Parts: sequence; C-alpha cells; structure tokens
Amino acid sequence: MAPLETANAVMTYRDAVRAGIRDALLRDQRVFLMGEDVGRYGGCFAVSRGLLEEFGPERIRDTPLSEATFVGAGIGAAIAGMRPIVEIMTVNFSLLALDQIINNAATISHMSGGQFHVPVVIRMTTGAGRQLAAQHSHSLEGWYGHIPGIKVLTPATLEDARGMLWTALEDPDPVLIFEHGSLYNMEGELPADAGPVDIERAIVRRGGFDLSLITYGGTLRTALAAAEELAAEGIDCEVLDLRVLRPLDTAAILASVVKTHRAVIVDEGWRSGSISAEICARIVEGAFYELDAPVARVCSCEIPMPYAWHLEQAALPRIETIKQAVHRSVGGGRG
Amino acid sequence: MTCATDRHGQPDPLSAEHALYLLSQMLRIRRFEEKCVELYSAARIRGFVHLYVGQEAVAVGTMQTLGPDDAVVATYREHGHALMRGVSARSIMAEMFGKVEGCSRGRGGSMHIFDAATRFYGGNAIVGGGLPLAVGLALADKMRGLAGVTACFFGEGAVAEGEFHESMNLAALWKLPVLFCCENNLYAMGTALARSESETDLALKASSYEVAAWSVDGMDVLACQRAAERATAAIRGGGGPVFLEFRTYRFRAHSMYDPELYRSKEEVEQWKERDPIATFAASLQSSGLVTTDALERLEQQVAAEIEDAIAFAEAAGLEPLEDMMRFLYTEKDRHGTA
Repeated sequence: MAPLETANAVMTYRDAVRAGIRDALLRDQRVFLMGEDVGRYGGCFAVSRGLLEEFGPERIRDTPLSEATFVGAGIGAAIAGMRPIVEIMTVNFSLLALDQIINNAATISHMSGGQFHVPVVIRMTTGAGRQLAAQHSHSLEGWYGHIPGIKVLTPATLEDARGMLWTALEDPDPVLIFEHGSLYNMEGELPADAGPVDIERAIVRRGGFDLSLITYGGTLRTALAAAEELAAEGIDCEVLDLRVLRPLDTAAILASVVKTHRAVIVDEGWRSGSISAEICARIVEGAFYELDAPVARVCSCEIPMPYAWHLEQAALPRIETIKQAVHRSVGGGRG
Repeated sequence: MTCATDRHGQPDPLSAEHALYLLSQMLRIRRFEEKCVELYSAARIRGFVHLYVGQEAVAVGTMQTLGPDDAVVATYREHGHALMRGVSARSIMAEMFGKVEGCSRGRGGSMHIFDAATRFYGGNAIVGGGLPLAVGLALADKMRGLAGVTACFFGEGAVAEGEFHESMNLAALWKLPVLFCCENNLYAMGTALARSESETDLALKASSYEVAAWSVDGMDVLACQRAAERATAAIRGGGGPVFLEFRTYRFRAHSMYDPELYRSKEEVEQWKERDPIATFAASLQSSGLVTTDALERLEQQVAAEIEDAIAFAEAAGLEPLEDMMRFLYTEKDRHGTA
C-alpha cells in the first residue's frame, strides 16, 4: 500500500492509540469498540474522544458497568465473526471479568479442539505514577502473561500504541493490550501513515555491550533514561523492550544476555511469582554460563500502591534504583 | 419439525409424526444417559458427569423450535441439549470416553461439548459463565443483520451470579435476540432455591430488567414447545430477549459424587410421577396417536443408536500426545485468519 502521506506528525501516545482504533474502524466493518464511557464521555482517558461522532453508537458502544458481561459479550461476538475492541478502564477492573478472560477467551480454542476462535482485543490501562492508589494503579499484565491461550501486549512507544492494535485485530486469538497510564501524554513523532507492527518480537531500543536492561511498557522510558545517565559514567547498557509478555521472546532475551553477560530486569509488577521471575528463570535456563554476575531485578515494592506522591514514587522502579542495580551488577566501586 | 401455534396461542392438533419425534428425542437423551451411568460405573467414562434425567422435556420442547442459523449455549449438564441440537451420539460418547474422535477431541469431556457445525458453543462449566457469551453471540448476529436467536440454557443456581444480572440488563438494553432458558430444578447442587435467593420468583427477577419473562411447566414437552415458539417468535420480531423459567426436576444426583443428603426420597418419587417421558408416552397412547408397537420400535431404534455410539467410542483413538499443544492458538495454515 503506497503511503498517502509521509510527513511525521507530533502526537501523544493517546492520539496514537486513538489513531489505531480509528484505522481499524475504517478498515474493517466487523470492528467495533465497546466499554464503559467510550462514547459520549470520550473514554475515561480521552482515548476514544470523537469516535462516537464519527462512527455512531452501533460501533462505539457505551456499556453498563458490567465488566464480566461486556467482556464476555466481546468474546461471544468475536467467536461469531465480529472483531470487537473491548476497553476496560483499568487493569484492576479487569479482575471483575477474569472468569470470561480466563475460563472462556483463553480456553475455548483449545477446549473445543480448534473448532472455535476468539479474535477479541481487550485493551486496558495499567500501572501507577498518577497517585490513583491501590485500586487503580497495579501492574497485572505480567500476571496475565501466566495464562496460556491469550496474548499479552505492552506497547511502550507511539509506534506500538498505534500499530499493535491492527495486528492484534487480525490475530485469530484473544489479545490483551496494556496501555500504561503514565504514557498517554507522552509526545513523539509518528509518520501520519504509520502502519501495523508485529506482535511477536522484543526490540532492542538502545544497543549496548556492558549490561542488558530488560523491560517493557511504562518502565521503558525510565530504563532508557537510566541507560543515558549510566552511559555518562561509561557503562554501556543495552535496553530490550519486551513488547509482548506472552508469548515471551526468549530468543531476544538470551541474545542480549549472551552479548552483554549481565542482566537487570525492570518490571513495575511485584517481584514474587512475577514476569520478572520468569525472565530471570529463562536466562538461567538458557544462558547460565554466559553470566558474569547474578541476574538482578528492579520491581515495585510488594505493597498495595499508596496514594501519597513520595510513597508511590518510592514504591516504583526509578532511575536511581535501576542505576543502583546496574552498579551492583557491574561490580566494585561505582555504587 | 415444529408444531405451529395460531394467533391465539392455541396449538394446532398434535400430529402423530411430531408427537413421535418429541418422544423419540426425549427417549434418546434418557437412554443415552442411562448408558452413561453404566459406563461410568465401568470406568469407561471419568471426571464429572451431570445427568439430565427428568429434565428432557425442556431441551426437546425448546430446541425443536430452533433452526440451523440459531445458536446454543449450554452448561455442564448438556448431553441432552447436544443430542437434541444434532451433535451425533457417536461424537458425544467418544468425547466422554476421552477419544480424539470426540466432538472436542477429548479435551472437554462431559462438561464441554462443542460443535461448530450446529452452532453449539459449549458446555460451559462455570455457573453463569455462558450468559455473557450468549449476549455476545446475539450481539454479533444483530450487528450483522442475521436473524439468528441464541438460546442460552442455565440452571436456577446461575440466577445468584452477577453475570446473570449483567447479562439480563445488557441483552434488554440492546434488545438482543437471546432466549434465556432457566431450568429450575430446585437445587443448585445441594442448595435449595429458597435457601439461596431472597426472591424466589425467577421470572419476576428477569422482568425487573424489562425482559419478557414467564414460567413454564418443564415436565410437559408440549408446554415447553408452546412457550419456546411464542418466545422465539417475539425475539425474531425484534422484541429483544425473553426469559423462560422451566419448572423441572432432576431425578438423579447432581453428579456422580452426590449422596443426596439435601432432599428426601419421597420428594424425588413425587416428581418421578410427573416423568416427562412416561406421562407424554401415556397420553399419546391413550389418545391413540402412538401405538405400543411404535413405542417398541422407537426403543429399539434408540437402543441401536446408543449401542452404535458406544461401539464407535470404544473403537475410537486417543489424541496423540504430540498434538496436545495444538489449538491453544489458532493454526493459521489450517484456518487462515479465521
């Protein structure tokens, strides 16, 4: 397809998500958006603002506050041939729909012997940093990554925010997309015709030789910022953006570790039983003899996320804590 | 094979052919499940098995109003619904044997019968979990301008789940073509309705969501048929969902591990006097619509079908272990982008 326009446009992550939804609605009549306040209100985080006016109430559907049922309805509609985008306001609310996500979306293809497919996309906000306290701030995307039968995406850039959605909608299986709330206002440049991106591979966002910072989603920016400061000290970090938490791109993780021989995993989720633990295990299983130092992790404190700014910031992975972990890993004298 | 009702809701005279059809379907389900009990005792069938014995009139009376473009969502007590929908006895039995020729390749067992060819969407073993799915199937049909009705079966126990209330509300709000079939057999496993619901009038609950709702004698196949015909006609006319409460009773235990401490033998015996098959057969005989000979032939046909299903299941193969991981995600080379 020939690009109509190649000039870059300055936009926010929010604009990029909206553009992705709009692209999908324009491309495929089977696509519709449904969720709480996605229509008249314009989306809890203003992602879908203007879409109701453009596409009408049949395709931009405001739902009651019934997470289990509108997610289940999205699953049913997907099985019957539609391509629903279901928006859940935050990951904490998605817990009300866990029955449908885990017992139906994730099981039906396998349990029916491949007779039925569930091409639903479920988007939700995740993460902390906005002083929303313990019922609006958790990072449970790694926890969803535990579930076989679904795919888990964590777009951390404008390009992925716009491009992952279309690929997810073309995927015949259920895809969950986690948009970190602190990213919505992030500005950047994106080609006006930015298109679909793959939803399979991790990407090296910054090349380096001394240590691998492995991260995803909301902490990518933090990790990149830490890498810049560390570079000024002479520590050359590679930053790997996982992009997809299920299936994990193990090959990319191992390739980076084989190159740098050191790894620090930065994950806004809790440490115990987490995706960071899984990544660590895969490194140990696949590249143990390549390691020059123990694998380290920088995670959120294991508490319900507190409201007060200083507490919330102290509970989250930060540039400082990442740098400390890197210093410990490279050893001696610098930390 | 429908028995039309006229505008006043009076049934047309019952033809011998249709009467025999209804009876044969109920009998297929009853005899199939009686064999399941034997096969369970012989350890040919394992896991949880929930029998439909006593409730056959509901599936048969209701589902014979459905056409191939309609959809069905059922529960873990769904052998009867699957048989009535046209899923073959062979593939259901093979499924219960855990064989690869089973309708779900042996991955689901008794509780998870799936069949794309007949739009049979499971076999959902989470109480209430099928309702949102039915809402979505109906939403897709409506958005695509298709005339299908989604029939969603569930027990009265599901009425206590949040998903029931959410689904009633959303289906009514969006005027979706769902036929909610609540089979009230009085016990959610062992919990009697009055012990779990502050309001035991189930149709009233549905009515509170502006869903047309009424109660039906679930032991009378003709009453079930009339109710379903009226309901599906209203749904196809664009009137939105309908909720039917079928008052019925399961004669057997909840599953194979149930000592039935929660109800008396006398109560069970009283309900058995209203056996939907025995009473219907007796009425057909007394009215001369069906002869004793015809009944005997029917029994033989049903027995032959079930014996064939068992032989098929016995001879069927096991899914190769190397295929165990298949279908977790769609196989694109086989299914395209689905």
